[in-house]
Amino acid sequence: MIDFTPSEDQLAFREMAEGFALNELRPNAIEWDEAKHFPTDVLAQAGALGLGAIYTRDDVGGSGLGRVDSVMIFEALAKGCPTIAAYISIHNMCCWMIDTYGTGDQRAAWCPKLATMDTLASYCLTEPGAGSDASALSTRAVKDGDDYLLTGQKQFISGAGTSDVYIVMARTGDAGPGGISAFLVEKDTPGLSFGANERKMGWNAQPTRTVNMDNMRVPAANMLGAEGKGFNIAMSGLNGGRINIAACSLGGAQAALDATVAYMRDRKAFGKALIAMPTLQFRLAEMATKVEVARTILWRAASSLDAKAPEATTLCAMAKQFVTDECFNVANDALQLHGGYGYLSEYGIEKIVRDLRVHQILEGTNEIMRLIVSRSVIAEN
Amino acid sequence: MKVLVPVKRVIDYNVKVRVKADGSGVDLANVKMSMNPFDEIAVEEAIRLKEAGVATEIVAVSIGVKQAQETLRTALAMGADRAILVVAADDVHQDIEPLAVAKILKGVIDAEEPGLVIAGKQAIDNDMNATGQMLAALLGWGQATFASELTVEGDHATVTREVDGGLQTIKVTLPAIVTADLRLNEPRYASLPNIMKAKKKPMEEKTAADYGVDVTPRLQVVGTAEPAARQAGEMVGSVDELVAKLKAAGAI
Repeated sequence: MIDFTPSEDQLAFREMAEGFALNELRPNAIEWDEAKHFPTDVLAQAGALGLGAIYTRDDVGGSGLGRVDSVMIFEALAKGCPTIAAYISIHNMCCWMIDTYGTGDQRAAWCPKLATMDTLASYCLTEPGAGSDASALSTRAVKDGDDYLLTGQKQFISGAGTSDVYIVMARTGDAGPGGISAFLVEKDTPGLSFGANERKMGWNAQPTRTVNMDNMRVPAANMLGAEGKGFNIAMSGLNGGRINIAACSLGGAQAALDATVAYMRDRKAFGKALIAMPTLQFRLAEMATKVEVARTILWRAASSLDAKAPEATTLCAMAKQFVTDECFNVANDALQLHGGYGYLSEYGIEKIVRDLRVHQILEGTNEIMRLIVSRSVIAEN
Repeated sequence: MKVLVPVKRVIDYNVKVRVKADGSGVDLANVKMSMNPFDEIAVEEAIRLKEAGVATEIVAVSIGVKQAQETLRTALAMGADRAILVVAADDVHQDIEPLAVAKILKGVIDAEEPGLVIAGKQAIDNDMNATGQMLAALLGWGQATFASELTVEGDHATVTREVDGGLQTIKVTLPAIVTADLRLNEPRYASLPNIMKAKKKPMEEKTAADYGVDVTPRLQVVGTAEPAARQAGEMVGSVDELVAKLKAAGAI
């Protein structure tokens, strides 16, 4: 038997995260989206609840939980606002990277303050000319005495300009993945600057900027992991990053579905409530099934990551592609069932659609996910 | 000073309540249950007293079905130190009446000897608003109900009460029963690390019989009905039409 019953602890984690999401995020989500407001005060509240370092070890202030726990928590948070949940998930990935690959000093210096979210982190891999083929990145890090001098540009960086620490992947060696190293860069480092806040379709409650480095001097002691290991670190982080983002899509879709059921109970057409119409009931059934199947593959992928199973990368890619595609479709169906009201921002549905759209693109596009899956299918046979 | 906080497991306040087909009560099968919100406020107040150095230990007590241990875990995760579960029913649909609860609590209090009891002013399921008052009577203690502010100094507590038409401030000698109203505080969320620590905190299990209390209901529920469904509205075209309609309905 495979038991899909959440433990008593997991139920308690989820209940807390959902309470936080519904009371602290949802009532403000539409306003933050419209005002492009990044609510750092609310993030600090989340940090105080252990949400900033969910799967970071507890000796440096983390909550020490697993990946199944984490996706349950991110799903719950995303019911309040997918954008904020997604930023929290990126921050969690950064904190986990420092915990996992950092030296004792780096862990002690950064993890405790990242855990409380008084200090925020951003992840800098993508470049204007290197997205899906991240190993082709061109940001240079040249050794200069006890330091490195970094020059280059990072693109689509969540939290940039506000975050206090940046995990930057840069080339210290030859072309290809083996020439990449990871660095911890503090916000006030001379030579570091940020582009304008990008105007975008969704995810407006977190800033997205370019990160520009011009002969930026970083102490060699700030290298995260060994020289040449940056790409491995980046990829290992992405397995978790992918299921976390998928969990944010799932929470958004579930919230949209719940709102749709409530709307259809109230809304009448042709003399009866929409909920009483068999064709629409079938539509609801399809949406609910998609959400539940998405949750199942997500938990399975998360469980494989907890177990450090060899198929984890493939399962995480499958989950990321399936969950983010299907949950976008569910949110879009929810908009359709809301009719004209779904298109108005007041109902919150169009925001979910806009927010979830980018989950099909980032953390590796869903085309790249298919590539990963197909490679493993072909290699196995 | 030890503070004792009784907490009740009730239907979650977000759940759309449904009446059982036979009208005997509210359907609680497969429904989300949570801590009574007023009890959450009571737990929070006890934790604040502990953080302020006034309380030394917080004991949470729940009386009902075995599943009430989940409610106690919530209290422990928020910051209570230990818990006592008094199993008094097997069926989730059996509500233990205020007098029986008060008698059991008296038994717990005789054994625990707390300096203060903070309870919710009422449970949101049956809205009795009686347990705190009955408990005070059984113990012969002072009571300060509907508290919106609480300060403890030496052998007494000063409590601001929300009464009809305003606020009333009273002083009660300790030990006493305080019942929490909505504006006493805003309860915290249990953090992830504290949820895990809660598992390691002690939870003692008792039964109603341990306190010699008979929980057989004294009240008989005659019927339970849902409120009348809201009638459909009507769109009016002008203020004049609105006034005419209101007049016709006898509203003005």
